[in-house]
Amino acid sequence: MADEGVAVDAAAPATEIAEPPTMFGVPCTDERGQQVLHPSRDEYLDVLGMAAADGFELCVDVCAVDGLTNRGRAVAPGIEPERFEVVVNLLDLRGRRRLRIRTQVPADDPQVPSAVGLYPGAEAPEREAADLFGISFSDHPDPSRILMPPDWEGHPLRKDYAIGAIPVQFKAVEGR
Amino acid sequence: MSTATAAAIRRPADAVLRISEEAALEAAVVEDDTTAVTAEPGDGPMLINMGPQHPSTHGVLRIAMELQGETVLRSKPIIGYLHTGMEKTAEDLTFLQGPTNVTRMDYASPLFTELVFCLAVEDLLGTEIPPRATWIRMLMCELNRMSSHLLFLATNGMDLGAVGMMLYGWREREEILRFFESVTGLRMNHNYIRPGGVAADLPDGWQDDVEHILTVLPDRLEQFDTLMTGQPIWRDRTQGVGVITADEAIAMSATGPLLRSTGEAWDLRRTMPYLAYDEVDFDVVVGAYGDTFDRYSIRLNEIRESMRIVAQCLDKMPKGPYRTEDRKVTPPPRARIDESMEALIHHFKIFTEGFRVPPGETYVAVESPRGELGCYLVSDGGPKPQRVHIRAPSFVNLQSLPHLMYGGLLADAIAIISSVDPIMGEVDR
Repeated sequence: MADEGVAVDAAAPATEIAEPPTMFGVPCTDERGQQVLHPSRDEYLDVLGMAAADGFELCVDVCAVDGLTNRGRAVAPGIEPERFEVVVNLLDLRGRRRLRIRTQVPADDPQVPSAVGLYPGAEAPEREAADLFGISFSDHPDPSRILMPPDWEGHPLRKDYAIGAIPVQFKAVEGR
Repeated sequence: MSTATAAAIRRPADAVLRISEEAALEAAVVEDDTTAVTAEPGDGPMLINMGPQHPSTHGVLRIAMELQGETVLRSKPIIGYLHTGMEKTAEDLTFLQGPTNVTRMDYASPLFTELVFCLAVEDLLGTEIPPRATWIRMLMCELNRMSSHLLFLATNGMDLGAVGMMLYGWREREEILRFFESVTGLRMNHNYIRPGGVAADLPDGWQDDVEHILTVLPDRLEQFDTLMTGQPIWRDRTQGVGVITADEAIAMSATGPLLRSTGEAWDLRRTMPYLAYDEVDFDVVVGAYGDTFDRYSIRLNEIRESMRIVAQCLDKMPKGPYRTEDRKVTPPPRARIDESMEALIHHFKIFTEGFRVPPGETYVAVESPRGELGCYLVSDGGPKPQRVHIRAPSFVNLQSLPHLMYGGLLADAIAIISSVDPIMGEVDR
């Protein structure tokens, strides 16, 4: 974003700050001018609720990331990176602010509470994340597949899901 | 959140038909498909599947609808027919190849997806792009917004029976596509905006082509006003149809003309400026009633606002390089390759291995003709992205459909689908 791009200054790592900054009681980092919160799965819904009460009334997006091949990635100090991440982007229309919430989700129990009760607009994006990553959003009103066919097996955007290929034979049609 | 939120949450939830794809098919099966309409009319609601092969569903959108007579009750958009795994493909392409892939998502306004992807890459790289590149991007995007809205006017007109509009909208759009072809080489899917700038400078005489568009279009827009805006039939079909309030639109995460039609003046070009939108003069068009007519007139008038921005780009276009001079990101000029070994190596490295992007994650958003188009990009430090997620406005806006159509007539459902202006390539990605 242009207004955030101005403040780019080699992104001071949060580890250098003696007292890690927090917001809504969870660690907060600054990614090149973008505010990012790192709640645990238990704190996730509470943080969303507090953010909603604080004016972040529009849930722009919910998406997931598979960090299988990126285990050493930087999260916040004190937060252990897990395989999956659920990333929520919130928007405050009055204050013109953005907020990103990154929640670590372990591979052996890929489950997070659904945000649909707070943000009805999160329904389709959560279905997409569930469909493509196999992360289940508990209490979601419609946990069916959205992009892939209902009988599809596997979750294509996982890193251990290979890019498939359908053999296509190119040859001249006989008789032409 | 405001006090109306509880109601706002409940109503959209009630309008959605919670039914699986197979159940929707089974419930709607009758012996002979062609007799579906004349099937024995019972007292209870009837379930029909509209699409995916219906001309008014703008591609391959399927809607399972519960009908009571001609009144639409609950409904559910069923999507995924155009899903080609573009986000998966993006993980296997270098950052330089990325725009080739993402440009195919929203095929009516491809430059915006390229733009948002490149802005995200540049944010992670920390690259500054030269002013001329910024202004070229702005010029091209505003022209693209015009062509996209003209396409909307064409299809919206045809959906509502103003078939002539199809031809006029297409004709005007063609003028802009012709200019795109002269600049980028392609009418659509340009791959023109690249990380670090744009692919090529504007061709000689581009000012004349743009001026031609700017002189021809105002009269044509007047004709559209005569043809549609002032027509009593047009107004009857659109006014008060598919009404949504600001609180409901925000609760459903709707953006773009759908949100602005409720009176909410939220346009990222104004509220969170990117490129050089804070240096140009334009108005944010808002509606008042949140109905189909408002969404139509917002798009019609946004063409006029875009023309104002394009005219300012014409005046203010700075001179200088059209892409960054950073040799790690942009290939060297063709002439240098013949005389410099290093240039040849750079050229080769950029197009085979690609350039490395520092590890990190970012979310960047621009205002596409359909709403907030965002890109969430994660890099692990390699030449290929770890994760590319495109926040497609059509995908999110489609959620509002059941809510907009609830209680309306079946014929109005066509008008409402059209007024949301979904591009299925972007919905399914």
